[in-house]
Amino acid sequence: MTSVRSGPRRRWAYQLDVKGSPYLYIAPFFLLFGVVGMFPLLYTAYVSLTDWNLLDPAREWVGPANYAGLLADDYFWNALFNTVSIWLLSTVPQLLAALFIAHMLNRRLRARTLFRMGVLLPNVTSIVAVTIIFAQLFGRDFGMVNWALDLVGLDPIDWQAGTLSSHVAISMIVIWRWTGYNALIYLAAMQTVPEDLYEAARLDGASQFTQFWKITVPMLRPTIIFTAVVSTIGGFQIIAEPLLFQAGTGNPTGGSDRQFQTVGLYLYEQGFSMYEFGYASAIAWTLCMIIVVMALVNFAITRRIRSS
Amino acid sequence: MATVTAVRRGLNLRAVRHGLNPRGAGFWTYAALVAVLLGSLFPIYWSLVVASHDNDAIASVPPVLTPGGHLFENITRVFDTTAFGQAMFNSFLVSGSVTVSVVLFSTLAGFAFAKLRFRGRNVLLVMAIATTTVPQQLGIIPLYILMAELGWTGKLEAVIVPGLVTAFGVFLMTQYLSSAIPDELLEAGRIDGCSTLRLFWHVVLPAARPAAAVLGLFTFMQAWNDFFWPLVVLTPENPTVQVALSSLASGYTTDYALVLTGTVLAIVPIVAVFAALGRQIIGGIMSGAIKG
Repeated sequence: MTSVRSGPRRRWAYQLDVKGSPYLYIAPFFLLFGVVGMFPLLYTAYVSLTDWNLLDPAREWVGPANYAGLLADDYFWNALFNTVSIWLLSTVPQLLAALFIAHMLNRRLRARTLFRMGVLLPNVTSIVAVTIIFAQLFGRDFGMVNWALDLVGLDPIDWQAGTLSSHVAISMIVIWRWTGYNALIYLAAMQTVPEDLYEAARLDGASQFTQFWKITVPMLRPTIIFTAVVSTIGGFQIIAEPLLFQAGTGNPTGGSDRQFQTVGLYLYEQGFSMYEFGYASAIAWTLCMIIVVMALVNFAITRRIRSS
Repeated sequence: MATVTAVRRGLNLRAVRHGLNPRGAGFWTYAALVAVLLGSLFPIYWSLVVASHDNDAIASVPPVLTPGGHLFENITRVFDTTAFGQAMFNSFLVSGSVTVSVVLFSTLAGFAFAKLRFRGRNVLLVMAIATTTVPQQLGIIPLYILMAELGWTGKLEAVIVPGLVTAFGVFLMTQYLSSAIPDELLEAGRIDGCSTLRLFWHVVLPAARPAAAVLGLFTFMQAWNDFFWPLVVLTPENPTVQVALSSLASGYTTDYALVLTGTVLAIVPIVAVFAALGRQIIGGIMSGAIKG
């Protein structure tokens, strides 16, 4: 280090370091984030108010016309219905199963780490890989699910072709991938529940199930709200699963009759196979608004789970 | 060491089993958990089974459930059919650089937010955190326009640069560093004449290591598994693994063996990381640090 600096100059350098350097440290984040994060967010609003097709240089200001068009667009309403349906079919069973799995994992267990890693493994694998695997499992002719149905004497199902059947299949992918993750979140919360609550309940003769329902669930309320909101935000953005579930084409239509096209997938279709950037941006903003509203509704509903 | 712990736990279990601890797991708990475990593993195991057979085996009834001998032949076919080698390399490059950058910049910004006083600090921090809740899809169109303007569509820059920083990383490091580093330590360093940059290098970075490891791990896995944005902005000629995989699966083909071999190849690196560092990953999730 140079020790020949004069006193005042050194004090000045020190002041500059203390007052100025914090900005240097946060600058990379804010610069990059501003350009690739904030700017696109705000710019989407502008693009959504124009007639912007990538292949057409004329970009007219059309005001709210894209949004008006969206409200009268049957494909959009169809996509919204599919999204809500898949979201409900996946989130509700997923969170319930996660609660029970967490409850089991919360007991004294041998091979604890093995079980925890086992339930989390689906979550670390990629959506693409998982969806491809499930698309084969739910295949019409050689799929293992139909083979298993046949074993128990049921007729095979053309999973991809039906509305409900395709929604169930896609929900299975989501459930498989996220149940273990949510179970670990619940497990963490369960471990903070005071043991003496259970002891008192046992003294009163409460069964395992009563303890679970009257102690564990109410104590976990904040965590349940958190997972429900996060699952909602994720569920409404679902794209990859319906895109890849339609095996063999790479079409963004979500089945031949759009029976499993979600809003996210419709956005992708409009934006990147029709290149209608204005309309796609309007879908993006509408989707964002729906997610915000749904998250709030979700929050309000889950908060009402009774505490004892 | 794991075995020792397990044994000790086993002994405890036996000691308390007789009526003392009703919360110990019984037969049905184990049965149910084993069922859950098998359910979790089966699809991945099954893709390995298919990947190691030729296509005739796939259509057989009942389905084959044990691995066959065609795995390496199928792997060769995957590399011959698609740009899978290129895709693997691209994915490592993207995930690696994104991870290093996110950890470094998050720690830098986290240090400033947690330990330094400056004007506008709270406002800026709240701004950063608030954006973590905004759906990624909202900005995808303008981001694509931006990349097109820069001439980056089809190039890896288009995937790397938007991933270089995350608001979540900054939030995580701010949280961690504000409790992990005592203010006295920094003051002592200052009295000894350390500049803030030297403090960062010699005090903050070593202290940040546990959180940085978890953040790095999650960032790598997320970048490796990321699909939607790479699909939008990259081409099948220069893909990441996930994009290559999707184009492999979306050809007019029923070559299940080929497709599922690709799937296995795409999963292997991430499963290897998970097998080696699963405890940290679970710890990260359980500490509530990792959302979405």
